[in-house]
Amino acid sequence: MKRVFGFLLGLTLALLLTLFAGENPWNVFMILVRSAFGSIYDLGLTLSYTTPLIFCGLSVAIGFHAGLFNIGAEGQLTMAVVTTAAIGVLFPQIPFPLAPVIALLAGLVAAGLWGWIAGWLRAVRGSHEVIITIMMNFIAAGLASWFTLKIIPNPESQNPETAMVAPQYMFKDYDLIARLFPDTPANASLGFAIVLAVLMWIFLWKTTWGFELRAVGSNPEAAHRAGISEKKVRILAMTLAGVMAGFVALSEVLGSAGQYRIGFSPDYGFIGIAVALLASNNPLGIIVAAFLMGALHKGASDLDLETTTITRDFSRIIQALVILGVVAQGYWEWIKIKRRKG
Amino acid sequence: METMTWILALTLATLRLATPLVFASMGGLMSERSGVVNVALEGFMLIGAFAGAIAGQYFASAWMGWGFAILAGLVIGALYALFVIELKADQIITGMAVNLFVMGFIPFVTKILYSSTGSTPALLVEDRFTFEPLLMAGLLVAAISLWMFRTRSGLWVLFAGENPEALTASGVSVRKVRWSAVTLSGAFAAMGGASLSLFLASSYSPMMTGGRGFMALAALIFGKWKPVPAFAACLLFAFADAVQIRLQGVQIGGVEVPVQFVQILPYIVTVIALAGFIGKSRAPKALGHQ
Repeated sequence: MKRVFGFLLGLTLALLLTLFAGENPWNVFMILVRSAFGSIYDLGLTLSYTTPLIFCGLSVAIGFHAGLFNIGAEGQLTMAVVTTAAIGVLFPQIPFPLAPVIALLAGLVAAGLWGWIAGWLRAVRGSHEVIITIMMNFIAAGLASWFTLKIIPNPESQNPETAMVAPQYMFKDYDLIARLFPDTPANASLGFAIVLAVLMWIFLWKTTWGFELRAVGSNPEAAHRAGISEKKVRILAMTLAGVMAGFVALSEVLGSAGQYRIGFSPDYGFIGIAVALLASNNPLGIIVAAFLMGALHKGASDLDLETTTITRDFSRIIQALVILGVVAQGYWEWIKIKRRKG
Repeated sequence: METMTWILALTLATLRLATPLVFASMGGLMSERSGVVNVALEGFMLIGAFAGAIAGQYFASAWMGWGFAILAGLVIGALYALFVIELKADQIITGMAVNLFVMGFIPFVTKILYSSTGSTPALLVEDRFTFEPLLMAGLLVAAISLWMFRTRSGLWVLFAGENPEALTASGVSVRKVRWSAVTLSGAFAAMGGASLSLFLASSYSPMMTGGRGFMALAALIFGKWKPVPAFAACLLFAFADAVQIRLQGVQIGGVEVPVQFVQILPYIVTVIALAGFIGKSRAPKALGHQ
């Protein structure tokens, strides 16, 4: 309940900021709502943002459960998306059911490796995982940009993007969700994301590995005494975090775009932090939180057109204030103390 | 002779590029030595770069820009202190939220001021710094190393980070010490940002810090939370950056090295520095504890 209040507080403060830009906060709010859910088309776009946010939310959450901050989902998903696109471009002869499976697996391995490096450095060398994952984001962006522009560029376009994957890599013909939302990138991977969230919930609360992971996160010393190897758990958690973020390749390459476009992600990895936080790292809550954040993001995209002074960057202000509203729950205590003194 | 000019140019470039890192890393030192983790340095730097560029351009004076950058840094530092010290919010999450807020806030303001979300207008050459921030960065390191380990108030900061209970027992408010340290941290990091927009470049451009806030933090950790070693680490990262700029377009064995490979060099050096040598580096004991 407090989290919902924190969310609303952050949203309200952000909307009040629009007064400085000479806008009516209520108007801005209505634009956000209309632009996120106003039509089947708008809803489709909202859902197409929701899917990668579920994956990234799960990625950040699994790190949190093991007591680690994964700020690296952005780099991990970049590695996955570019790898998946590369397989689809470089091996056009692989037949259908095998093609998307192999491409996705390759992407997940690349993303998992990216997470593993951070996990290994944290567990074995004691490196600060926040800085390491952020640096890995920059390195991933550089590598992906080189691969896209120099190795598999799109010959038919001036845009910074890879060539299209061979048609049998995409599951468009079998996609029921895509049919519900014509002309939008929404696709069946949304259903998969929901299933993955449920699987993660089962993993965390119903399996021994999940228990060990949470034990290390909540009390590393007690976990150590109970004979759980913190090192192994930390490396596993970061690798899994990478894999979760890597699933973005499914929604982006195999489900909708069919290629890697530089800058396709509006910092999904970053927004994933807000998603995980809003859901208290509960995988099932992440589905709802990702939908909320997806709606905010889609809603803000129309601010460019419908207001004169507010742009889509405004969604970052809202996200930041929502995070602060949720994370600073100490204000309850603070208000109490102030009242007692006053 | 040509090698000499080359080495000289590289040394100067290293010193110039180290300037923003040194300021930010001293900002990180203040905050972390007092026991407060600070991953908001990136946001502090961006705000400093932005405020510096606007005021510098408005008053046609780099010093006015510098002053406003410090002011903006103090404000955002105090805001961060409010959240992590008073409201007891998680320090890393709050830091990331501050960064995110700044990344949304700056285009919000530029849209109102200049009806664009890109760069600020450029400063005239004579309104820019030529060497002053470099000098100030060196002085700041010297001043902090003397102050922190030789004076009473410097020791307060160290105790707030190592043994807050002892500080409380001696009648000094840990809360007040941390408030001051974190607020100053904002000012120092903002100076680092301002040296980007008023010294290395002549305007603010979106995301111009490019992860330098995090590199500064890495330099601090690499430098074992001590001013002079952190300064040396900043020089190392700046050297990687200078080499990176020099290497662009250079051919090795007849093959041009891809520019992207060259550009990621400073980030790789940062990862290697954090991974290889950190060994016995010990964080302040109370770092991150509420």
